[in-house]
Amino acid sequence: MFSDYSMGELGAIFAMQGFAGLILFSVFVLMALGLAIIFGQMGVINMAHGEFMILGAYVTYLTSNVFADFLPALFSIYFFVAMILAFIASGLLGMFVEWAMIRHLYKRPLDTLLATWGLSLILQQVYRSVFGAREVGVTIPDWIMGSLPMTDMIEIPINGIFVMVLAVSISIALYILMYKSGWGRQVRAINQNRIMADAVGINTAWTDRMTFGIGCGVAGVAGSAFTMIGSTGPTAGQLYIVDTFLVVVFGGAGSLLGTIASAFSISQAQSILEFFLSGSMAKVLTLLTVVGILMLRPQGLFALKLRK
Amino acid sequence: MTTAPSNRLFTKSEAIGFVILAVIVFAILPLALDTFRLNLFGKYLTYAFVAVGLVLCWGAGGILSLGQGVFFGLGGYCMAMYLKLEASTPENTSIQSTPGIPDFMDWNQLTALPWWWEPFHSFSFTLFAVIAVPVVFSFIIGVAMFRRRVGGVYFAIITQAVAAILTILIIGQQGFTGGVNGITDLRTLKGWDIRTDSAKEILYFVNGIMLFACLLTAQFIRKSKLGRLLIAMRDQEDRVRFSGYDVANFKIFVFCIGAAFAAIGGAMFTLQVGFMSPSFVGIVPSIEMVIFCAVGGRLSILGAVYGALLVNWAKTTFSESFPELWLLGLGALFIAVVMAFPDGLAGVYTDKIAPRIRKLLKRGPPALPAANAQETAAE
Repeated sequence: MFSDYSMGELGAIFAMQGFAGLILFSVFVLMALGLAIIFGQMGVINMAHGEFMILGAYVTYLTSNVFADFLPALFSIYFFVAMILAFIASGLLGMFVEWAMIRHLYKRPLDTLLATWGLSLILQQVYRSVFGAREVGVTIPDWIMGSLPMTDMIEIPINGIFVMVLAVSISIALYILMYKSGWGRQVRAINQNRIMADAVGINTAWTDRMTFGIGCGVAGVAGSAFTMIGSTGPTAGQLYIVDTFLVVVFGGAGSLLGTIASAFSISQAQSILEFFLSGSMAKVLTLLTVVGILMLRPQGLFALKLRK
Repeated sequence: MTTAPSNRLFTKSEAIGFVILAVIVFAILPLALDTFRLNLFGKYLTYAFVAVGLVLCWGAGGILSLGQGVFFGLGGYCMAMYLKLEASTPENTSIQSTPGIPDFMDWNQLTALPWWWEPFHSFSFTLFAVIAVPVVFSFIIGVAMFRRRVGGVYFAIITQAVAAILTILIIGQQGFTGGVNGITDLRTLKGWDIRTDSAKEILYFVNGIMLFACLLTAQFIRKSKLGRLLIAMRDQEDRVRFSGYDVANFKIFVFCIGAAFAAIGGAMFTLQVGFMSPSFVGIVPSIEMVIFCAVGGRLSILGAVYGALLVNWAKTTFSESFPELWLLGLGALFIAVVMAFPDGLAGVYTDKIAPRIRKLLKRGPPALPAANAQETAAE
């Protein structure tokens, strides 16, 4: 299959394919980071994670419309405002959900799964009623459109770079938040021993609510970023949820580094396989490999050593 | 009787519950409904197989599988492959470029039947495969997971991933599987037309009898020592392990039983509805199957049947008249069942209705489906 291409073309194909893998990697990282906090640190299975992402995407869509109608001069930077609004909207909804539902279910993780699935169905229907069943696209400012020509054969799309930069900066921000701040220390203390954390004076209820809210907020930012590379529909969130959970479980729950490593390996495997096989078979093979590895090593790639 | 009451297969109230369900399934529904609606209820009852299996796995064993649709689908697809081959005689398919193979293969430029379709020419092999394929599959998953002591949340996520993989595979390989449309246009079973009204009625009763066979099996398992071990494992897995039991084997066994039930349901579904498609295999249907079980009461096998009937009936009724409301209602149902009624209909019955009946009758038959909690407490 390689004989039809010259060396230069092959190199270009691999570079482009590798770059496509990097974009997929950024997408996975963005999706998985929020879940890594909620599932990894709190042990809550949030099946509505995808819908929190879609909320961010719809907030971005609304913001872009508002800017186009009322502030056309500032349209080129609306995206940054949209991301902040998406974070706030999804985060507040997340905190409300934690208060109304999740906090009653911490001892029954499997029931959280069902309850949040119900939440996801409700949110989907709400999106459908409010925004319509059709997918909506966001008008992207000119400076994100187009691509950078690297050589005469390799071109790199700017929105891809933008998503990558976003993924990296959010990862760094979360790392600092989780491992360098007092709040992160409290979250990890609760994860390791809830009763002792409570006893030494950590407000566990409030920390839980903040953690859940921040996890959902990050999901909202991820959804906001997705409007750069695709359109948004009411059921789009459901498509991502299994991938996202697999990324987090494969990386080892409770480890941010593990999540990033597993997002990297899954996305690269998938995009490389896509070059040789059809899209669906590449996905099947990747998922099968992940499930197979998880059967051999259930604790994931980077396991946190904990006595339970 | 020299044995203690709890060692008998039925307590008195459980026997009454079985009889009431039998009267509903075999007498009231067939008399009250026309053939179209009866066929619809037959379809709902095929989901009850899955729900009963889930009561054993989840309610009794504490293993929540989000991949029961996989087994339902595998059973259904095995049956559909047989029916499709019977429908694809060279005479029926003479307009195809390769007569004698299923139409979707012809549309996808296949010129010969794949080797793994060949055995499905035989009806006895198909009946064997309907059970064997899903059970072997669940056995592999079970061994891999439970031997390594993976359980709870991780098991749920991995079964969900398996459901996703199988759906992508079926849709992607449409030349071999019929793709997203599934296997459609099924006509006869050994020359017997399954699309006529009389066939639909007969199939409904066959389905009911199979369901009761599964219910009795489930009841037997719950009353056996195995059933009590399952409950012990669910509540204190380590203590059971330290008592010298091999926990993994029991889990694998009950998971396989659940898969077999689901597969029978799937095969009966194909026969009654006349097609099978990936929309009954994936993540969404698999989770919906869990809600049938949860609505009925995760501890009650009879409750599971009512749950499956009720949720599906509501789904048909609401999505006919208020399609927008249905998803909201289903979502609210998920949340309500978890937050307010963790024991589902059966729990409502035991807590609210049974005491009133007892008061009314002025004597105290022990409550119907509270089974586990009360019995274990009594022992």
